[in-house]
Amino acid sequence: MQPSYVAKRIGMFFLIVWLAATINFFLPRLGGQDPIREKLISQAALGGNVQAGLEEMIKIYNEKFGLNTPLWQQYLNYLGDMSRLDFNYSISNYPQKVIDIIAWAMPWTIGLLLTTTLFSWVVGNLLGAFLAWPRAPKWLAFLMPPLLSLSAIPFFLLGLVLIYLFAFHWRIFPLFGGYTPGTFPSMSVRFFKDALYHSVLPALSIILVSLGGWAMGMRAMMITTQGEDFVTYADAKGLKGRTIFLHYAIRNALLPQATALALTLGQLVSGAVLVEVVFSYPGIGNVLYEGIRSGDFYVVQGIIFIVIVSIGLATLILDLIYPLLDPRITYRRA
Amino acid sequence: MSGATQVLVTSEQIPAPSRRGESLRDVASYIRRNPSLGVGIVLLLALLLFVVIGHLTVDTTEFRPLSARPLQPPSRDLPFGTDKQGRNLYAVMVEGTPLTLRIGLLAGVIGVALGAALAFIAGYYGGWIDNVIRVIVDVGLTIPGLLILIIIGMRVRGGLTVDQMALVVGLLAWLYPARTIRSQVLTIKQRGYVQVARLSGMSNPEVIVKELLPNLLPYLGASLVVSVSAAILASIGLEVLGLGPFEAPTLGMTIYWVNYNAAIINGWWWWWVPPIIVIGVLFIGLFLVAVGLDEIANPRVRNRV
Repeated sequence: MQPSYVAKRIGMFFLIVWLAATINFFLPRLGGQDPIREKLISQAALGGNVQAGLEEMIKIYNEKFGLNTPLWQQYLNYLGDMSRLDFNYSISNYPQKVIDIIAWAMPWTIGLLLTTTLFSWVVGNLLGAFLAWPRAPKWLAFLMPPLLSLSAIPFFLLGLVLIYLFAFHWRIFPLFGGYTPGTFPSMSVRFFKDALYHSVLPALSIILVSLGGWAMGMRAMMITTQGEDFVTYADAKGLKGRTIFLHYAIRNALLPQATALALTLGQLVSGAVLVEVVFSYPGIGNVLYEGIRSGDFYVVQGIIFIVIVSIGLATLILDLIYPLLDPRITYRRA
Repeated sequence: MSGATQVLVTSEQIPAPSRRGESLRDVASYIRRNPSLGVGIVLLLALLLFVVIGHLTVDTTEFRPLSARPLQPPSRDLPFGTDKQGRNLYAVMVEGTPLTLRIGLLAGVIGVALGAALAFIAGYYGGWIDNVIRVIVDVGLTIPGLLILIIIGMRVRGGLTVDQMALVVGLLAWLYPARTIRSQVLTIKQRGYVQVARLSGMSNPEVIVKELLPNLLPYLGASLVVSVSAAILASIGLEVLGLGPFEAPTLGMTIYWVNYNAAIINGWWWWWVPPIIVIGVLFIGLFLVAVGLDEIANPRVRNRV
């Protein structure tokens, strides 16, 4: 691996992190609103007449949250906080820290996304490869039209249909949530089974939609690869069909699919956020939804920052694995 | 003008007699070879027909709450029933489908226009400007647009109208077209006719407008359809999260109310079935048209469905 390639990718990662923090800081301030004042006024309105001393409270809270210093100082403080992953306190659940809320929700989202993405990428690519292979069973071709139609619709839309069919109508799977209400998350086998049972429908709505896209992309790549001279040569040399399929065609067609995986990470995460909302799945997406509903600014900002950094990190890892898959990249000047 | 283009012009003029009947038959036979384009167009036309018939058969102001008794299942007077706030759901669908399409079209056009302009500049001129645009696009594409839209949406809460939403979505929709069109510009600018045009003294903007743009039109069309679809997806995502125009009966807001009132768990099937079908038909139609146009733009990639 060339050092300049690695350096460039790492530089890109830090650029993404800095941009995420900066967008997070400046975009919300463009509106010129005052989150503390809004929250306190709405709380005062809810709880009846406690208007006395409101201005005093706003001043104290602004001081506590550091909103009374000049903008550039707030920006530098903010960058410092972000680098320590300190996202401040949640406004609507005051004593709780945003990072704790995120840390609680993160494993759910990562678990759901990692398994569904890996599964649909591997199975979708295998399916696409078989579709392009002349000796594949004919019935496979009938799978494509429904899978491709599914690939056009959003994850959460299929999720709604799955909830109706499997949870409401047939009552096979639970209606919502990540575990049975009333139980407490623990590291026991029983809880793990329960969580797995609850994650079947959300996972299915991501997998069924993703499969078609990967299969179609792989099929197109396989058709191109099979027309290449080295495949004809391998065939002429008398190599077994299986060897050509696995080591010549798939091996080369996989490379663009790996690049495509890195490029679609962002879309995957946005889609998964909405799936979590529809299923009330206890991950990042649902916390984000609650944060938006209650106007909890720091929670929303913290989640957006963490999600962008995670995607940047995942892209960086994929970029660093890529030269191992494609030996040519080592010689090419990145 | 080069010799090659002149030959093309004359060869196009040969089948002059009985042009009309033949071109219709040509379209029909082309669609038989490219079925995804045909099916996609039929699906989108069906949606259009639904909206037109709807406007003739229902008072569209009934999309507002309190227009009818709440939570009525479908009947002869209310073919799609009503929701919990007493909206006539037939009127909601008839009024909301074009609104969602409008967001998608506006945002998609803004996205492709901006993206194409940047792509032509980056791809044709190259150099430092290409590097700058490429890094911005690469970084921008890593960040999910929905998250940026959420920050913006939270700040203008309640005040976001349908057109403002289209504008906000459109301002982020140029990244993907910019990347794909740029790579097309890079391959096409090496072609002979572009070199000839440049050598014969055409200025750079002239080459872009007269040589590159017409040759990339099918590609731009395909990329517009993809952008419209992506913009609709982004807008529906924002709406489902509760950051959409609350007064408007768009498809995404209907899904928001469905989710908010837990319509599925309560068994109010008539509330969520129509928007899901309309959104599904819309996305599948746009997807098939995009695949079909892609086949026209690069016939070598046979991605037939």
